Amino acid sequence: MQRSTLGDVGYSWIIGLLAGLGILILIGPVLVVIATSFTTSQTLKFPPPGLSLRWYGELFNPARSAQIHTAALNSLWVAALATAIGGVLAVFAALAISRVARPSARVLEASFLSPLVLPTLSYGLAALMFFSVLGIRPSLNLLIAGHLVVIAPFVFRTTLASLSQLDPALLEASANLGASRLYGFRRITLPLIAPGIAAGCFLAFISSMDNVPVSLFLSTARTAMLPIRMWGMMETTLDVRIAAIAGVLILATLILMIVMDRLTGLTRRMSG
Amino acid sequence: MAGMAAAAAGSGGVPGARVDWRLAAPLGLTYLAFFAAPFAILLGISFYADAEQTRLGLDSWTKFYGDAFYRKVIFDTLKLGVFAVLATTLLAYPLALVFRASSPRVQRLLIFIILMPLLTSVVIRTFAWIVILAREGVLNQTLIGLGLTSTPLNLLQTELGLVIALTQIEMPLMLLPLLTIMNQMDQNLVDASRALGASKWRTFFRVILPLTLPGWIAGATLVFASATTAFISQSVIGGARLVYLPSLIWQQSMVVYNWPFAAVASLTLLFTVLAGIMALGWLGRFARTS
Repeated sequence: MQRSTLGDVGYSWIIGLLAGLGILILIGPVLVVIATSFTTSQTLKFPPPGLSLRWYGELFNPARSAQIHTAALNSLWVAALATAIGGVLAVFAALAISRVARPSARVLEASFLSPLVLPTLSYGLAALMFFSVLGIRPSLNLLIAGHLVVIAPFVFRTTLASLSQLDPALLEASANLGASRLYGFRRITLPLIAPGIAAGCFLAFISSMDNVPVSLFLSTARTAMLPIRMWGMMETTLDVRIAAIAGVLILATLILMIVMDRLTGLTRRMSG
Repeated sequence: MAGMAAAAAGSGGVPGARVDWRLAAPLGLTYLAFFAAPFAILLGISFYADAEQTRLGLDSWTKFYGDAFYRKVIFDTLKLGVFAVLATTLLAYPLALVFRASSPRVQRLLIFIILMPLLTSVVIRTFAWIVILAREGVLNQTLIGLGLTSTPLNLLQTELGLVIALTQIEMPLMLLPLLTIMNQMDQNLVDASRALGASKWRTFFRVILPLTLPGWIAGATLVFASATTAFISQSVIGGARLVYLPSLIWQQSMVVYNWPFAAVASLTLLFTVLAGIMALGWLGRFARTS
């Protein structure tokens, strides 16, 4: 009995310590980058010798950071279009197989979700070879097509989850009252699954903005994407402007996340 | 009738419901054209024998699998994935247990802390670890300040540094499914185990761990797939000395321009990840039946 209580105390300590280390490891790096972005120094020395907005000024300087601005605009454009087109296709696909118990529906579901687990880096190279064999020159449109394939599963998954929670009695009631299928979809299904679609689109957009494996192969100097540009900056000079970009992106994500949480209960959705 | 439909929906489907192919076609055809077709091309190109793609043959495959260096690259990539899964498991399980025992307010805060890195760009998370692991970085300053070491440790360009960084980068992928399943776990089973005199350790290994295994397998699959293909983290933190499949693929296709060889490496990465996923799925079935 004595030994078991000693063991129990040890258990609580070890679990507590490891959980604390987990939290530190999760949040620490984010805080370190934010602190570094306000440094006065030329280097990434931590803790920063002094605080200033110097590197943010540098980042927003249209002349000196023109390449970063172009890359950021390219990334935003590709993410917006890939999310919009991929989102619509994914919602249709989710509607097509929702509540169907047949094997064909399971096969379609697994295929539509497959880009989430297959290594996208292999896909990136495959896409480059595919477009090159077809003789299509690299452009932002190719990047949109490539991103669309890897981000559509996010919308597909959340929409399918929303549809499975929808009470079919509502649609039946609307049909019994003489509403057409389209009317029923527009007035009942769509409003009820909208939060799921929005949460999926949010994840899809973020994931496109962040995409490396596809952009690595499909983007060129002319169609630079932000993560690839940042990678280039990290490989050559350890420019402190990267920390400032990080600060801007973290703030933007934070705002988007809070807005999405208010609108759709994103944090609830993510924890199941 | 409505009641029957609702009951059927609860178990996954409405009887007699069919796939609406008109609605499935747009995404299906897009995937065929832009996802399946590129992989077919990739497979085709791997059967060219030379970099100029003039001659067909298995030369690229035999060159890749015949060379001990490339076999070691495959092994190292697998090892990196396994280490990332182990490290994230070691930290995510305690965190999930603490999450389960916390009040709703603390839970919301924890979810936020977990989602924050997930929604921060991978490139930025990698960059953060350069700031932390560098010779002048946070970790070395702290270790020197505590008197634990007199000379700065070189953690960048080491496997240890890369595993530490990947632990943070991939941990949310392990945590989210684990938290979901922890929240669904029946507390009565845990209480019963404790009431019957089992220690907390025994309760964890004999009750909590088996019950949450499906969540762990989902998380481990995502972490493994993500860590083995984390090109930016591998190339920036690992440096040029540590070679993994993604950097090999990039180098062969974009620097050396040996596309057949890059295609072989790329398909190898695909098979490696699929093998890992299947092994984890098999482990799940094995655990459920035993």
